[in-house]
Parts: sequence; structure tokens; C-alpha cells
Amino acid sequence: MTAAITITAVDKHYPRVRALDGIDLTIEQGEFFGLLGPNGAGKSTLINIIAGLTRASRGQVAVLGHDVVSDYRAARRLIGIVPQELVFDPFFTVREVLQIQAGYFGLGRAIDPWIDEVLEALKLSDKANSNMRSLSGGMKRRVLIAQALVHQPQVVVLDEPTAGVDVELRRLLWEFVSGLHRRGHTIVLTTHYLEEAERLCDRIAILNHGRLIALDSKQALLQRELGNTLRLLVMTRSAVDSLPPSLAALIRRHDGDCLELELPRTLDAIITALDALRTAGVVISDLQTRHADLEDVFMALTQQDGGV
Amino acid sequence: MNPRGFATLFYKEMLRFYKVALQTLLAPVITSLLYLLVFSQVLDEHVQAFPGVSYTAFLVPGLVMMTVIQNAFANSSSSLIQSKVTGNIVFMLLAPLSHLEVYLAFVLAAVVRGMLVGCGVYLVAMLFITVPLHSVTVLLLFAFLGSAMLATLRLLVGMWAEKFDQLAGFQNFVIVPLTFLSGVFYSLHSLPPFWQRLSHLNPFFYMIDGFRYGFFGQSDVSVGLSLGVVTLSWLLLSAWVIRLLASGYKLRN
Ligand SMILES: Nc1ncnc2c1ncn2[C@@H]1O[C@H](COP(=O)(O)OP(=O)(O)O)[C@@H](O)[C@H]1O
Ligand SMILES: [Mg+2]
Repeated sequence: MTAAITITAVDKHYPRVRALDGIDLTIEQGEFFGLLGPNGAGKSTLINIIAGLTRASRGQVAVLGHDVVSDYRAARRLIGIVPQELVFDPFFTVREVLQIQAGYFGLGRAIDPWIDEVLEALKLSDKANSNMRSLSGGMKRRVLIAQALVHQPQVVVLDEPTAGVDVELRRLLWEFVSGLHRRGHTIVLTTHYLEEAERLCDRIAILNHGRLIALDSKQALLQRELGNTLRLLVMTRSAVDSLPPSLAALIRRHDGDCLELELPRTLDAIITALDALRTAGVVISDLQTRHADLEDVFMALTQQDGGV
Repeated sequence: MNPRGFATLFYKEMLRFYKVALQTLLAPVITSLLYLLVFSQVLDEHVQAFPGVSYTAFLVPGLVMMTVIQNAFANSSSSLIQSKVTGNIVFMLLAPLSHLEVYLAFVLAAVVRGMLVGCGVYLVAMLFITVPLHSVTVLLLFAFLGSAMLATLRLLVGMWAEKFDQLAGFQNFVIVPLTFLSGVFYSLHSLPPFWQRLSHLNPFFYMIDGFRYGFFGQSDVSVGLSLGVVTLSWLLLSAWVIRLLASGYKLRN
């Protein structure tokens, strides 16, 4: 089966920055793929190159086998892009915007039922005839998503769709995008909320300073780096100011009466740590353990790579 | 080919000026009528540009063409740069539209606007004054070529400019002087030889001169020459713009 997106040796140089540096990446059909990375890592640049909005300095990108530069018509018909910026055309109503976008893709009135379906799913039906200018930020974001879907693309790419969005809308979008994925669409999502990526994505790439520093399934990523460690949260009776030196290297967080330690996943390690605390005169009031999450993996990887 | 895509972009560009018709259609008609009334009152008795043609009659084609030019220029780039500044140009750039389709949609929409406004000025001027009609074909040909050329120029400037001031600068320092020095208000023969020769370097002069031929059957230079100059400049400019569009110049970083 042809890959949904094939990225081969892509570089992007701007006058002062190397936004992307030798990216190789293949996203298979039907994947729910997460593209993560700190601000300025190059996520949007990569998406814009996939979308044909920016030309790569070097390398090729193909959507379902169609090169995004030389075979751009076919490539653009197969992909729907939700840009990061909240852009809109103030001259038109929601329905006009969607009909115009469908028209650009060569689609006529036959697509109207699909437009209604998308509006309904995104809870925009009652805004169909409102001018774009009159919509709230969250509604504009949903129109952007609808616009990316008018031509029913196989591959859907969303660049930080939930940034600055309230909890309710975030849940609606999660449900909506999961629905698309269940119906067979390939989804590529960039996000700042690692919890979101952890919940939704099957496979994750982490980008930092324009380079791919990790690419793996979510499970493998969670286990590879930190799979044999755990986090121990210790609540103490009173604020702790001096800690035993033997624990210094293990401390991940320390504010007042709350300590977070990263330990090997063994009973011995836990007992040794608790002993050291007790010897130092710390009175423990509560204990919790938690497994490493994507946030920990992300922090570990981007810090190894030379900071965020 | 994506004919419906092209038609949609064309239609959208049309809709854009139709939605603000008061500003885009009515205002230019009123402006040129003011010119007509003022100049004809002041100069009609004193100036004769062509033998047997009153100055007011002489003025009408020039004003119509000036309006056509200015409005064709106003349309294609104001929408392009507006889309660039607001960022909604991405919707067009994400679509499977070819460079030629984008070029044609922008230019033809601007041509329609230019010619509509030109018609408006002409029809209203006819209420006050009669102007002969020598050849409707020549007239329409020059109106088309003139507006297409300006629309193409505007597309070019719209691609290049990043801010509205750059656009306004181009309009004020290039378009307006070239229009005013193209013989809208006078016949070239009334100029000193140096200025006559200089005017021959101005492509706008040929647009207006050829257009005027369509009304009076007489002109400063031969209508064939004007047709050649205008067509050639338009084609060269278009080839350049289409190449730039294909290269992604400024639009695709
Ligand atoms: N048009 C541009 N011109 C110059 N530099 C740019 C441009 N777009 C992005 N960059 C730079 O490229 C890097 C990657 O940016 P971006 O892809 O937007 O990151 P992300 O989406 O991961 O936050 C940043 O350093 C940014 O400043
Ligand atoms: Mg970004």
C-alpha cells in the first residue's frame, strides 16, 4: 500500500535559521500520527511543505505517491490541511466560504449534503449563514477544519487545532478527529498538549531544532526511555529545606512539602529512597507512584538534544 | 485542468467587488464625471485637440480609459494583498489550481471590473455630451487590453508587496503619473517635442491613443502601432507574472 505521506531528505533553510534539517519520515495510511516538538521546532514548516504552502530547500514530499510540487494537483486533492493560524475571509458567510473552497477543488453543488454533514458534526449548523467576521475564535477554528474537509481528503493534517481552545471544544474536536480516523482517514496532528497526543496518537515523531529526535509507537516511546523507571510523589508533613545528598540526582520536582523522585522500578530503590528521607528527619504524610507519561519522555528527549 | 476551480476563483474575485459596489463601481464613475464637468467648463472654449472635435468630446475617451485602467489596477492586487496580509490566501494556495488558472481568474475579474466601470462612465457621460463611435471593435479591444495589462501589473505588485503602503506607493508614484502623462487630458501634438518623445515611451499613451481611435477614427500615432505595443507589453508582463506564480515567488515563501 502506498504511504499516506512520504518525506525524503527534506531541508528548509531560511536566511537566519535552519528550520528543517534532513527529515525522513513515512506516515502510513490509516495512522493517527502525532508530530510533537517545542515552539520553533519546525512542525509548521514541515506541514507547510507537505501542504505545498512552502517549498523545501531540498528533498521531496509525496502524498499517496503524488509529489507535492511536480504533481501538485493530485497531491492537494488527497490532503486536507488545517493551518495553525486562525485565518478567515471576512467577506463571506460560513456556507459561502465552504462552497468556495469546494469550488476550488472542482466540486459543485453535489457536495452540499457533505458540507451540511460536516457543519452538523462540528456543531456549526446554526452559524452556516453568519458572516465569518461575527464568529468567535473557537467557531472560526471549526470552520477552518470544515474547510480542510470539503473535498473529503484521505489524509487530514491538523496544525495545533486545540491551541487556545476551551475544554469543551477540545473534547468536541477530539471526538470529531477520532471519528475521522475510525472512518479510515489518515490523521496527522501537531499539538502542544502532550496529554492530547498520548490519548489520540498511535505513532509519534518528536522534532527539535529542525531534526527528528524520536520516531516510534506511543507505547515503545513510553517504554524505551523511561519504561523501567517510575515517579514517586512524596507529601511531607512540613516543608523540606535540606534533602539527603544521596537523593539529589533523583529529584525531578521539589516545591515545599511535595517531592517528586525518579527511581528505577524496583522495590529496593523505593525503600532506599524512603529510608534516606526518614534518616534526614522528613515525616511522610502521603505517597503516590505514577508511570512515566509522554511529558516525561518529551522533556527527557528534548533536554538530551540540547535544551528546548 | 480544473475549470470549476478557475471559475470559482474568478467568481469569488467578482463577488468581492460586487459586495462593495458602492465603493468599487459608483465612486469611480462619480470621480470621472467630476473631472469631465470641471475640465469641460474651463477648457472647452479654448482647446482643440483634434480638428472638428470639441475638447469635452476629446476628453471622454481618455477619462473612460483612465477609469478602466485605474480600476483594473485597483482590483486584482487589493484582493491579493488583502489575502496575504490577513493570511487567508492559504485557502487558494491549498487548492489544486494551476498558475495559469490563478493568473486568469485574477486578471479576468479585474478586467470585468475595469470594463464595467468604464461602461458606467461612458453611459453617464453620454447624458451630457455626444461622442462619435468609429469602431466598437477597436474600442473593446483596447479596453480589454488596457485593463488586462493593468490587472497583470497589479497582480505582480500584489505578489511583491508585503504592506499596503508599498501598493499605495506604486499607485501614486508609477500608475498615476503614467496615466496623467499619457494624453488623457491633451493631444500629444500640443506638447513640446521633448515631451512628445518621452510620451512615446509610456505604454499607457498607446492604450489611450488606440482607445480614442475607436471613437474618432483619428489618433496621434497609428492604431496598428498602439495595438502592437499594448499587446506586446501585456504578453511580456503576463509571461513574467505566470513564471513568478509558477516559481512560488513570495506566495509559497
Ligand atoms: N517565513 C519564515 N521566515 C523565516 N523564518 C521562519 C519562517 N517560518 C518559520 N521560520 C522559523 O523556522 C523555525 C521553525 O518554525 P515553525 O515551523 O513555525 O515551528 P513550530 O511550528 O514547530 O513552532 C523557527 O525558528 C521560525 O522562526
Ligand atoms: Mg507551529
